[in-house]
Amino acid sequence: MTNLILLIFIVTLFFLVSAWRLVTYIQILALQGVMLFLVALLSLTQMHWANFAFILTETVIVKAVIIPVFLAYILKRNNITREAEPLVPTFVSLVLMMMLVIMIFFLSYASGYAILDNLFFVVALSTIFTGLYIIMTRRKIITHVMGFLVIENGVFILSLAVGNEMPMMVNMGVLLDMFAGVLTLGIFINKIGDVFKDGDVSNLRRLKD
Amino acid sequence: MLKIYFICSFLIGTALAFNRFRPVKIALLSLFVTLQGIMTLHVIRNRGTGFWYFNADSLAVIFITILFFISALSIYHSFAYLKWRQKEARERNFYFAAMVILVAALTCAYCANHIAITWVFIEITTIAASFLIYYLRTDLALEGTWKYIFVCTISITFVFIGILLLGIAAGPAGITDLTYAQLTANASRLDPFWTKMAFIFIFTGFTAKAGLFPMYTAGIDAKDKSPSPAGALFASGIMNVGFCGIFRTYQFIALTSSAEWARSVLVISATISIFIAAVYMMKVDNYKRMLAYSSIEHMGIIMLGLAMGGIGVFAALFHLVLHSFIKAGIFYQTGITYRVFGSKLVSETGGYFRISVSGSMVLLLGFFCVTAVPPSGLFISEFLIFTEMFRSGYIWLMLAVMALLTVIIWAFGRKIMKVIFTPVNGFDYENAERPALSESLSQFAIILFIMIMGVCPPQPVLDIIHAAAGTLAR
Repeated sequence: MTNLILLIFIVTLFFLVSAWRLVTYIQILALQGVMLFLVALLSLTQMHWANFAFILTETVIVKAVIIPVFLAYILKRNNITREAEPLVPTFVSLVLMMMLVIMIFFLSYASGYAILDNLFFVVALSTIFTGLYIIMTRRKIITHVMGFLVIENGVFILSLAVGNEMPMMVNMGVLLDMFAGVLTLGIFINKIGDVFKDGDVSNLRRLKD
Repeated sequence: MLKIYFICSFLIGTALAFNRFRPVKIALLSLFVTLQGIMTLHVIRNRGTGFWYFNADSLAVIFITILFFISALSIYHSFAYLKWRQKEARERNFYFAAMVILVAALTCAYCANHIAITWVFIEITTIAASFLIYYLRTDLALEGTWKYIFVCTISITFVFIGILLLGIAAGPAGITDLTYAQLTANASRLDPFWTKMAFIFIFTGFTAKAGLFPMYTAGIDAKDKSPSPAGALFASGIMNVGFCGIFRTYQFIALTSSAEWARSVLVISATISIFIAAVYMMKVDNYKRMLAYSSIEHMGIIMLGLAMGGIGVFAALFHLVLHSFIKAGIFYQTGITYRVFGSKLVSETGGYFRISVSGSMVLLLGFFCVTAVPPSGLFISEFLIFTEMFRSGYIWLMLAVMALLTVIIWAFGRKIMKVIFTPVNGFDYENAERPALSESLSQFAIILFIMIMGVCPPQPVLDIIHAAAGTLAR
């Protein structure tokens, strides 16, 4: 069951890369939050119950509800245009993504373990690199933050792989959510939308050599 | 002691953020400097003691001592800067509060003996540092802050990924807790594949703080946009914390079968860093950015020393100690130059000698010290590192690095000499502000220290650096 959810998770990544509207991104992020909740529920079986409950509530509330709602609110308030404006055509992105996932599968073969044991690793690394890819190929600051959120989801999956042996690691992953909060609040409070009229990174290109 | 220290400094930081009275602010800041001093004396006296997940070993003692001097000087020089760049009281309070929290978090990160604890405190430094960069509240400061937070967040995530992979690697070895001691003891039983993956992620992540290729960009903008006294802290304290993370990770990686591989990662990253520094130092017009690139070059040399092993490790640490001081000193002086000329661009600055003899002497001697001209102590460490490279058979790399260093000295010298000697048209030298000698005294002390370290270094200092270097396997 866990493996099935993880494989569907990879499908959402392809959907994310090919999505056109920002609202779709937010919806996929919320969906991913729910899926992470399910994976955590199924895989963290040997954890202390209080810690287990804390992580589950944190996942479902922060990843699946608060952050998507807040992002949607920012989108509305800052009058950000609806399109994601990728710099690379969607078709190319899909092909690159496909190659990336295949390469990570091969890399995971190199580790010498059975592929199903390593599925956490494969999905996590694919997610992390998808996040980086989104950051590199999108123009808006808000999509950069979304890319970071995708990376963070990947990290969460990876932390589940060691979660039963080292529960402290999963708890520390929660601290990364704090940074996601800082980044989203950064757009919200620090007036990046006001100082720079539209949240476009081309406005952030003056500081260079 | 560390527990008391952390609670007290956190309280001082909070109090500074909300306090409105100037005498109270000065009292709190001097209290913090005293606290930092007591903490430094405590760890020097009781080297190797610790509690919970903190342990003040030789490396931590070296870094805490450096941090004490630099933080005290930064707080002192901040007053002149904040008087010049007058902002709302709230922003000034936040500036000092952020500086106190930053110093406290750095101290804890140096002492941490668990890789995850190091990670947590480095995360705190990112947030504290972003307040310092955003002090001026201008568009460019906002841009610098945003980039700093974003790049640092991504790299801190990378470190976390590395730690998780290390957890997978440590599984078969029976390690339950990722303390450095346990990892070193069981290093030979770590899974090689996952160890390599872990090292590459941890190293990439820490480069943002240490100022190396590939994540060096964050530090450049931070040192440029932040107030100069904070820039000094970035060039010493924060770069040291990145180095500390890399050093402690490399310590146990060097005992595994992946040691050769990790070593080549260090060499590649170091060489590219020096190359980038050379290219940009020729190109940039902003002297604060030029100093930031010079820091990247020095960090590259230090990494080469670390990778070479043998006496190279000692030389790398020696270089790091001296570089932390001298770079901070030059940053303080450029803060004054910026105030006098109102510009950070070399093309709009010049003839500083006519305005301040003491200040231009600091720049001139600082330039000689930082480019490792004898009797600067940096000469000795660079010489030792090159010797070790020669001995390890990296002759071509050594020659290439030497050529790049020559380019750097030329580019650095051309710009510094322009700032000191060549007057600029249209600048009113008669009515320019004449900075007092007292503002340059701290830099002279630093330069004197660097030269003493080059001529006759005191034995206790050498002993402690040897002790820290000795922990790395040969």
